[in-house]
Amino acid sequence: MFVIDFLRGWLPVFTGIRFRAVYLALGGGVASQVPGQVPCSATSTQNLNGYDEGYASGVYVNGRDIVELLSGGEMIAKALEDEGVEFLFGYPGGAVLHIYDALFKTSKVPHVLVRHEQAATHAADGYARATGKPGVVLVTSGPGATNAITGIATAYMDSIPMVVLSGQVATHLIGEDAFQETDMVGISRPIVKHSFMVRHAQDIPAIIRKAFHIATTGRPGPVVIDIPKDCTRPDAKFEYHYPETVKLRSYTPAQRGHTGQIRKAAKLLLSAKRPIIYAGGGVILGESSDLLTTLARQLNYPVTNTLMGLGAYPATDRQFLGMLGMHGFYEANMAMHHSDVILAVGARFDDRVTNTVSRFCPGAKIIHIDIDPTSISKTVAADIPIVGPVQSVLQDLLETIGALQEKDAQQPDAAALGRWWEQIEEWRGKHGLWTGRRYGHSDQIMPQQVIESLYRATGGDAYVTSDVGQHQMFAAQYYKFDKPRRWINSGGLGTMGFGLPSAMGVKLAFPDMEVACVTGEGSIQMNIQELSTCKQYNTPIKIINLRNNALGMVKQWQDMQYEGRYAMSTYEDSLPDFIKLVEAYGHVGMQVTRLEDLDKCMEEAFAMKDRLVFLDIWVDPMEHVYPMHIAPNGAMKDMWLSKNERT
Amino acid sequence: MRRIISILLENEPGALSRVIGLFSQRGYNIETLNVAPTEDVTLSRLTLTTTGDDKTMEQITKQLNKLLDVVKLVDLSEGAHIERDLMLIKVRATGVVRDEIKRTTDIFRGQIVDVGPNTYTIQLTGTGEKLDSFVAAMAEADILEVVRSGVAGISRGEKVLRL
Repeated sequence: MFVIDFLRGWLPVFTGIRFRAVYLALGGGVASQVPGQVPCSATSTQNLNGYDEGYASGVYVNGRDIVELLSGGEMIAKALEDEGVEFLFGYPGGAVLHIYDALFKTSKVPHVLVRHEQAATHAADGYARATGKPGVVLVTSGPGATNAITGIATAYMDSIPMVVLSGQVATHLIGEDAFQETDMVGISRPIVKHSFMVRHAQDIPAIIRKAFHIATTGRPGPVVIDIPKDCTRPDAKFEYHYPETVKLRSYTPAQRGHTGQIRKAAKLLLSAKRPIIYAGGGVILGESSDLLTTLARQLNYPVTNTLMGLGAYPATDRQFLGMLGMHGFYEANMAMHHSDVILAVGARFDDRVTNTVSRFCPGAKIIHIDIDPTSISKTVAADIPIVGPVQSVLQDLLETIGALQEKDAQQPDAAALGRWWEQIEEWRGKHGLWTGRRYGHSDQIMPQQVIESLYRATGGDAYVTSDVGQHQMFAAQYYKFDKPRRWINSGGLGTMGFGLPSAMGVKLAFPDMEVACVTGEGSIQMNIQELSTCKQYNTPIKIINLRNNALGMVKQWQDMQYEGRYAMSTYEDSLPDFIKLVEAYGHVGMQVTRLEDLDKCMEEAFAMKDRLVFLDIWVDPMEHVYPMHIAPNGAMKDMWLSKNERT
Repeated sequence: MRRIISILLENEPGALSRVIGLFSQRGYNIETLNVAPTEDVTLSRLTLTTTGDDKTMEQITKQLNKLLDVVKLVDLSEGAHIERDLMLIKVRATGVVRDEIKRTTDIFRGQIVDVGPNTYTIQLTGTGEKLDSFVAAMAEADILEVVRSGVAGISRGEKVLRL
């Protein structure tokens, strides 16, 4: 009896499809499953005959269903397909070779081989920010995993959906300081939304399904799946089912905001005399730009966006006051400080926004909408907290406001609102970036002029990625983003080296769109090796290098706070010849040193549709980013407006 | 202010480290920590005591709830509850203090659970405060070792923490 049962269970595994008829003849329709919970390191010698036919290598019938038998590696490949993954960014190595072999033989998901694992995470991140779909990364154990950490942290800080599959040494070696072993689940713990360690190969499909669910729902974020090598071995095959639904008893992100709170918020909004809408990255992540725009226009209230929220409200619209915060627009920061009601939507009162918290917007009542309860009242206390997805809450809020306006004839105070707009226009006219030019004129190209030239050359419709520093702030200030998902930068973590790989990810997702990477000679060198990846996968992005021969933002702070002592912020004469460098990688390089050549070169670069062009643009090295919050102890309204002018 | 947070935690490898990590990562205090499996094999019960103002406590509770391994959580100090800490304390017990230690132990309703020619090991349960008082009362004696379990707590009456 034992022998028969044993055969029933294992025959199909041994034999795969070729013996299916025999198996059915044995009456195997009721056969037991492949024994459950076989450890990854099971030493059985299963199915030696066939992974020559892709997934079809093992199939058997369980009841009336035809069930595929796949190895751990094959299950990963298949699950990524079932999840609809469009690109896999990664780098092979010992612990993931079984997975790579399975991908090679069976997968329809294109793999992008980067030149450094950090770039894999940034490329996946750029892809995710531009498309709204999760980015997917595959790296090996040890250094592969640790190299991915910066990119995972970047995605975590900006709530970007990402699934990172990392290889791990075989189960029996874990804890022995084996070659290329590192505790990936431990190292990544503070910077992931959740993580999994695969213990049994047959759990792989369910874990992958859960990982994608967690990464993309609620407040999105990166999820790590650590996979010991033995769990992917080709000779151990298991039933493959990709679960349709996910059940996690302790994970239930809010679906709707609290009706009572929304009603309170609607009333407060309508009673405001000096209102402002402060919208962050959550509006973009929550696909709610249209709703936000409708709400703002219906009420005729001014809107400011955070660095992460740029594009959530059209920048060319009259009601847009520009970015707020440390390098925010004068009118945005002033309006925030003097407001009486702030509607914060998908924003988190980051320290780069608030300046000194105790002096933040003293007269304002705060309505705070966020999917993540921990974001609410973390730094600034909310008067009316609303936990829920931005989209459904804004929808409900719009309806409630509509009903209040109709039934109770409650309308915004038109006279007060008129005075408020007058005041805002006065601020805007005085020190606004776009209506009153903020930079001086020198005989050199000003960095702001480069961004304006980029804006013209791309008709304001490009995907713009950036690195971190002065060039990032100039791009955020001067490129008027009218659409969400067009501005792609590392806001929370501030990761230099993000720009080039993320641009690569965006270009792969949208090959027909213009993609520009605004960078500086400091940041670009942190992941410049990806020029090679761009060559391999033909991603003709345009790299706009604002060259000031220094770590510009560091130098700016040293100018302002350290009496111009440039501690390690210049390179002396060690910079490479970027033109020769990009040419060596097979791309086009152009150097621009005169203002009169700027527009022409910019247009020329974008006319080369199928080439990556690196524009090395020499800008005034002494220029600072303004406005700039005065810290410490400053309020929103306290700003440097130029080197010698302050509020 | 001192709080007692009681958590039902997935009985999974790594779950505890997520809770502990959260506290160190965000700069919160843990004063005591007690964790053990429950009658449901999929769950562990964790009790921790911490201090912080209302704002900090709100963040701690929210951040804990955000962890996928935290299934349910209650702040026991918000309502009537029972808390117990178990202490094993080994003291030098020779000469005249030997009797005195026995008497003090009786007063605190502790038990001497191990007797050596020169030592007593005393078991005592109660609130943290009671155990502190006992340690203070033993000041005259030579304390060799102190082991405490950390606070375990449960609500009074009908209120229960379960799925």
